[in-house]
Amino acid sequence: MTNIFNSSIGKKLIMSITGIFLMLFLLVHLTVNLMLMVGDGELFNRAAHFMGTNPAVKVIEPLLAIGFVFHIFYATYITLQNQRRRPIRYSTSAFNEVTTWPAKNMYILGLTIFIFLIIHLTNFFWKIRFGTVETITYGNESMPNIYALVSGLFINYWWYGVLYIVGAIALGLHLSHGFWSAFQTLGMNGTKWIKRLETLAYIYAILIGTGFSMIPIYFFLF
Amino acid sequence: MKVKLKIWRQKDARSKGKFEEYELDNVAPDMSFLEMLDSLNQRLIKEGKSPVAFEYDCREGICGSCGMYINGRPHGNDHKTTTCELRMRKFKDGDTITVEPWRAAAFPVVKDLVVDRSAFDKIIQAGGYVSVNAGAAHDANAIPVPKHNADVAFDMASCIGCGACVAACKNASAMLFVAAKVTHLAQFPQGRIEAPERAKRMVAKMDELGFGSCTNTRACEAECPKGITISAIAKLNREFIFNKHNDS
Ligand code: HEM
Ligand code: SF4
Ligand code: FES
Repeated sequence: MTNIFNSSIGKKLIMSITGIFLMLFLLVHLTVNLMLMVGDGELFNRAAHFMGTNPAVKVIEPLLAIGFVFHIFYATYITLQNQRRRPIRYSTSAFNEVTTWPAKNMYILGLTIFIFLIIHLTNFFWKIRFGTVETITYGNESMPNIYALVSGLFINYWWYGVLYIVGAIALGLHLSHGFWSAFQTLGMNGTKWIKRLETLAYIYAILIGTGFSMIPIYFFLF
Repeated sequence: MKVKLKIWRQKDARSKGKFEEYELDNVAPDMSFLEMLDSLNQRLIKEGKSPVAFEYDCREGICGSCGMYINGRPHGNDHKTTTCELRMRKFKDGDTITVEPWRAAAFPVVKDLVVDRSAFDKIIQAGGYVSVNAGAAHDANAIPVPKHNADVAFDMASCIGCGACVAACKNASAMLFVAAKVTHLAQFPQGRIEAPERAKRMVAKMDELGFGSCTNTRACEAECPKGITISAIAKLNREFIFNKHNDS
C-alpha cells in the first residue's frame, strides 16, 4: 500500500468517504431541524440544546469540520487537475443518454453549497457559539432560544428563505449524483446495484432537498 | 444524399489546424462513414489536394482504430457502433456533419483525424498481461473456469482499445479502458494472482500519462461501442482499494 492517496482512485476515495460522512450528518441535521415545525419550539430548543451539550457531538463536531475541509480541498484539486486533461476543447458536444446534469456540474453545485454554508454558519452557528442568544426557561431548565433565532430570521427576511431554498436544492442535486457515486467509488456497485443505488440516491436527494426547503416555507406561511 | 462536412484539418502534430468545409453530393445511405470519407478523399486526390487522414484497419468494428468525434459524440450518434460500422442512413439529407479528432492531452493529434493512442499501449505494458505462460488454445479448458467468470471475461475482452471512453469523458479519463483490462484478466486463475498488482500499476501509468481521474459521469459507458459498463470501474476500484498489493 505505498501511498494509495497519491493515485487518482485514492483521491477520489477521500471524496467518497468524506461525502458519506457528510451525508450521514445531514440526516441528523435534518431530523433536528424538522422539529422546528412541531409545536411552539420547545421540542426543537430541547433537541438543539441536547446536541449543543452532548459530549459525543463535541467529538464529532471537529471531525465534521475536517470532513468538510478535506472534501472541499480534494474537490478543488481534482477538478482543477481534470480540467487540464483536455487542453483543446471540442467544437460541438451532444448529450448522451445516461449522463445527468449534476454529474457534470458537481463542482458548481459544490461551490453553491459552500457559499451557502458560509452564510449559514454566520447566521446561526457563529451567533449561537460566540454571540448572545436570549435564553428561555422550560420548567427549571433554561437554554438558548434558538427557535426564536431561526424563526426570526425567516419571518423578518423573506430573501433568507429564498437563499436557504436555493441551498437546499443545490444540495439535493449534488446528492442525486453524489449518493450513488460514493458507492461506485468504493467499488460497491454492479450492473444490478446501479439501478437500486440510483433510486436510493433520488429518494435521499428529494428527502434532503424538500426537507430543508420546507422550513423557510413553513415560517413564511404560518 | 447530400451532406456538408466540417472536418478538422491539421498538417502535423505541431501545426495549428482548423475546420474545412466540404460538400458531398453522391452519398449512398448504405455507405459506411469511412466509405463516405473515402469518396471525399478520392475527389480531393483528383483535385490535387491532400486527402483527409483518418485511421482504420478492420472496418468491421473489431480493431478500434477508426475513432473520430462526429457531431459531438465519439463514433457518431449510433448506439454501440464504431465509426466504420456507422451508416450514412443515420444522417439526414442535407445534414452538416462536424468531424473532429479525439481531444485529450494524452492523445495528441498526429494529422487531421488521426491521434496517437500509444498511451494505451503503455498502460498495457505496465501490467495488462499475465506473467506466466498460460498455454495454447487447446489448454484453455485445462483449468475449468466458472461460467460467470468466463462470461465477464469475454465481455471485458471485447474492449477494442478505441479510446472513445477517453474522448467522451469530460476529464479525459481512461478508467473504463483500464477497468475492462483489469477485470478481464482477473477472471481466470492464471491472471487472478497478479490482479491487485496489475490494477495498481496500470492505474499509476494511467495517472502518469496525463489521463484525468474518474468522476463517475458515465459518459464512457454511454459511448463505448462494445457496451462495457461502469460496473467494470467498480470492480477495478474494489481491486485497487480492498486487495492488498505487494509493494514494488
Ligand atoms: C453537506 C455538504 C456536502 C455533501 C453531503 C457532499 C457529498 C458528496 C458526495 C457523497 C460525493 C460523491 C463522492 C464520490 O463520487 O465518490 C460528492 C462529490 C463531490 N463534491 Fe460534495 N458534498 C458536499 C459539499 C460539497 C462542497 C462544499 C463542495 C465544493 C466546494 C463539493 C464538491 C464536490 C465535488 C466536485 C464532487 C465530485 C468529485 C468527483 O467526482 O471526483 N461538495 N459530494
Ligand atoms: S472501454 Fe469501450 S470505449 Fe473504451 S477503449 Fe474499450 S471499447 Fe473503446
Ligand atoms: S476500422 Fe476497425 S473498428 Fe473501425
